[in-house]
Amino acid sequence: MKILVPVKRVIDYNVKPRVKADGSGVDLANVKMSMNPFDEIAVEEALRIKEAGNAEEVIAVSVGPAKAAETLRTALAMGADRAILIETDETVEPLAVAKLLAKVAAEENPGLILLGKQAIDDDSNQTGQMLAALLGWGQATFANTVTVEAGSITVARDVDGGLQTVKLNTPAIVTTDLRLNEPRYASLPNIMKAKKKPLDTKTPGDYGVDITPRLTTLKVAEPPVRSAGIKVADVDALVEKLKVLGVGA
Amino acid sequence: MAVMTRFDWEDALMLDQALDDDERMIAQAARAFAQDRLQPRVLEAYENEQTDPEIFREMGRQGLLGITLPEQYGGANASYVSYGLVAREIERVDSGYRSMMSVQSSLVMFPIFEYGSEEQRMRYLPGLASGELIGCFGLTEPDAGSDPGGMRTRAEKIDGGYRINGSKTWISNAPIADVFVIWAKSDAHGGAIRGFVLEKGMAGLSAPQIKGKLSLRASITGMIAMDDVIVPESALLPNVEGLKGPFGCLNRARYGISWGAMGAAEFCYAAARQYGLDRIQFGRPLAATQLFQKKLADMATDITLGLHAALRVGRLMDGEGFAPEMISMIKRNNVGKALDIARMARDMHGGNGISSEYGVIRHMINLETVNTYEGTHDVHALILGRAITGLAAF
Repeated sequence: MKILVPVKRVIDYNVKPRVKADGSGVDLANVKMSMNPFDEIAVEEALRIKEAGNAEEVIAVSVGPAKAAETLRTALAMGADRAILIETDETVEPLAVAKLLAKVAAEENPGLILLGKQAIDDDSNQTGQMLAALLGWGQATFANTVTVEAGSITVARDVDGGLQTVKLNTPAIVTTDLRLNEPRYASLPNIMKAKKKPLDTKTPGDYGVDITPRLTTLKVAEPPVRSAGIKVADVDALVEKLKVLGVGA
Repeated sequence: MAVMTRFDWEDALMLDQALDDDERMIAQAARAFAQDRLQPRVLEAYENEQTDPEIFREMGRQGLLGITLPEQYGGANASYVSYGLVAREIERVDSGYRSMMSVQSSLVMFPIFEYGSEEQRMRYLPGLASGELIGCFGLTEPDAGSDPGGMRTRAEKIDGGYRINGSKTWISNAPIADVFVIWAKSDAHGGAIRGFVLEKGMAGLSAPQIKGKLSLRASITGMIAMDDVIVPESALLPNVEGLKGPFGCLNRARYGISWGAMGAAEFCYAAARQYGLDRIQFGRPLAATQLFQKKLADMATDITLGLHAALRVGRLMDGEGFAPEMISMIKRNNVGKALDIARMARDMHGGNGISSEYGVIRHMINLETVNTYEGTHDVHALILGRAITGLAAF
């Protein structure tokens, strides 16, 4: 079985994003970028499945600017076998990404597509679901544990009340949640070896996919600054305030 | 027209952009390892003066030991810039951890690779790279510090090998070492300094710990006593003679230190800045005062200049060549500045600055050692002075 792992280059989770002065988006000039943390978890899980002998090849794929090759190289340094970059400087929405991934899936015939449940930049949480719909494959989102058997994959999903276990026939789509695993660090020799692993560069046009955005961003604004609270004198005053605010029974 | 960009207080002259993809990834991987694996245990290790030998194995698994060496010996064939970036990330946590790595990489693995036979390389390097073996480097003696040429350790030729007598002191890693690179004057070579590789368990070889260090407490240090230690001919490093042997190793370690010390300084700078933003006195943050800002400006400037100088020397080492005096300049400057920055950060933390919890006083005390070992601040001035005037003042 092949495993396809889509990864996205996003603003690093440690960076405090700044909105551009004209409100058209987030300023990404000279800002540290990294692999979307949920995708890192997906890479790790794919590698563990391969190391357990349940997959032969792990292919990382990314849609984005030329610099997304760096993100793919991180996946290769972690242990992915090869990578595909679908290069574009345009804004890509989840539907466009899902359409491109569906084309890649048609070429590669993976038994499993493992991807982050969402990217931490736009928080859409849509790509995996749209991809499942386009391919007509079974999907398990928010994976907490993934168990691969012959012809099927059992996934325990993080849901509000606890864990929900589902069984999927392969090929299938699984999106990862935070508790699935703790991703490894790339070791130095593997970082150096990653340079020699194949990285194919394509364009959306190669797959015949129209990636024109379907949405228009009207305005991006900083979240409002939280105003200071007030101090109450005692517990009675606190209860009184909570009642006024409608908190509790 | 010059395009304007935004100033980053953590990377004022955009060092990150002067790195290639590999270097950036190596730095990120080293930072993640150092912050996740080393930072959580340093306080306890330092307070209890305890070195966990497992750290060598963890560094080995991460590929951080001997990274500039070729792959067949367990290295990563990485650049000297990468080596510097790793040192910076480890020392951002603690100078002692960086010392453990520097000694293993530059002072043990490098001489075995550069001066050793193929048989010696294959015997030691893979184990040292994985951290299964721990190495130490014996040059300094009780009566030979800045003047290593005055060493008393002797290797006497005997049938089939050598008999070594002498003592070494202030040797990092020695009490837990499996492999000892020892420098001794060899009678069979006209009294020239030669390198020997000794192994733990050899009769007459012992390495007691030096207790009571108030600096580099997370990194174990010892003496090495050699009392009629008999080594085979194959223990001699065949390809170097004279002080240029140990100096070749020290050049590389000192280069790494020039990066590492900046990592410690960066920790102190960031900690002082944050403390100044959080601490309110006289109704405003300390960071809103002129004296505080002036100190931060000095710190940012010295760190930035030091890092870019280290990067330049690294590029020369990876490319057209370096002079040892260049390394003296950046080792001396960067460690001296780091020590000033750590002292200043300690001061800016007020009373809290003396608590281990804030980290700055630990860095400050560590850097006292770093300023002294591998060529003191003053001795590096004399190396530069000799190069500038042509006159030796040692």
